[in-house]
Amino acid sequence: MIRTLAFCLLSLAVLASAGALRAGELRATGDLGVIVERASGALLIIDQSDHAAIGRVEGLGDLSHASVVFSPDERFAYVFGRDGGLSKVDLLTQRVAKRVLQSGNAIGGAISDDGRLVAVSNYEPGGVRVFDAGTLEMVADIPTGSKTIGLVDAPGRRFVFTLWDAGETWVADFSEGEPEVTRPAITRIEGIGTNPYDALITADGRHYIAGLFGEDGLTAIDLWQSPLTPRRILSGYGRGEAPLPVYKMPHLEGWALAGERFVLPAVGRHEVLWVDTRSLEETGRTKTHGQPVFAVARPDGRQVWVNFAHPLNDTVEVIDTPSGEVIHTLKPGPAVLHMEFTARGHEVWVSVRDAGRVDIYDTRSFEKLGEIAAETPSGIFFTARAHRTGL
Amino acid sequence: MREAFAFLMLLAATAAPASPAEAAELPPGRAAELERLVLQDCGSCHGLTMKGGLGSDLRPESLAGKPVEVLTEIVLDGVPGTPMPPWRPLLSEDEARWIANYLLNGGAQ
Repeated sequence: MIRTLAFCLLSLAVLASAGALRAGELRATGDLGVIVERASGALLIIDQSDHAAIGRVEGLGDLSHASVVFSPDERFAYVFGRDGGLSKVDLLTQRVAKRVLQSGNAIGGAISDDGRLVAVSNYEPGGVRVFDAGTLEMVADIPTGSKTIGLVDAPGRRFVFTLWDAGETWVADFSEGEPEVTRPAITRIEGIGTNPYDALITADGRHYIAGLFGEDGLTAIDLWQSPLTPRRILSGYGRGEAPLPVYKMPHLEGWALAGERFVLPAVGRHEVLWVDTRSLEETGRTKTHGQPVFAVARPDGRQVWVNFAHPLNDTVEVIDTPSGEVIHTLKPGPAVLHMEFTARGHEVWVSVRDAGRVDIYDTRSFEKLGEIAAETPSGIFFTARAHRTGL
Repeated sequence: MREAFAFLMLLAATAAPASPAEAAELPPGRAAELERLVLQDCGSCHGLTMKGGLGSDLRPESLAGKPVEVLTEIVLDGVPGTPMPPWRPLLSEDEARWIANYLLNGGAQ
């Protein structure tokens, strides 16, 4: 009787999550990824080489600005939801393993280099909260009195983040002692600038760059230096010209490194700005179709793919890194929100929110290779991010 | 904080009384487009649920008592010194007023 009941339940469970692993089945995680369905509170789980969705995980709350990081074993996706939800999703069983509502309004998160701590950047209350990656129990609460942005992990079990209101960057160092019982050492760096809106850290964990909304310029910190000193770069890039309206904020990520230069979105100008990584001087600009939101270097750095803010957001431009010229333009469809490269860059997946699909392109030929149906898709995240600082 | 202050200045400067909201006439299909705009594109900063984020809370309980003309002006001209941009290059006055009414009446809920 019990066995029959158990068998029935097992069958139901199998039917309910057809893509989830059955007993005895093996699946690798290196090929997996997730697509955020921003209006449905759900995550699509995808298989990169199959070019297919293999499951959907629901009940993730308000995902209107969700981001995702991965555990070092690539098994779990930590989803940071707009409503302050922090969800740990098991990619193999396709279930929510754990979920907490840790704030009123959150904007992003990060995972420490050793995978032990997950940090969330909160607008409300303003500050950063840090959780045990296994249990999601809170281990540190760092109030800042300000909206926090640009939260990244840095080598040595550190988190770096920036304050929108106060114009400061803080480094929270959890390397001494056990995080559950030891308070982090906090270093505050002032003078970052007016209204930093986002920040990136390079894959080597060395350069932290914050973009500014309230002034023309960005601020770079070399994390190898001591003491940590902010340095204004691209100051006055607006050249005194009236800025154009910004209908969606640009986003900064570690993919900004292309060859020996950073490629950064301008704010209020339809341009990306190139900066030499050693001198931090401007080396040039590329005029773009609209206000850049993401400027993402292909993993080899040889191309930079750029998408744009409303209303010019049906377009993607591809810039050739050595020449700085736009070499190709794609029109995937209405509301291109995000682009994600495969780990070595042979493909890029592009979310087209208002067409309800994610397009897959060959980055050499620009040929469209396939598409995946998704409900108002926004962010796309592949598991290879688990092995990169700052993503 | 600055945003709230700028908002109050705008409020003080506007003489229009809080008259009953008049629904503007929109071409067929345009209302649906504006609804999508509010949810998805305004929602980029104000949240899909309008609860706020980088932008302020736009739920009806937060907007209660604000004159529709004040909200319309904010949509059209933005709030200088904050991330709220002017939508005048993209929207007509009627469309901006439609959005203001939509938000006041909790259409996004």
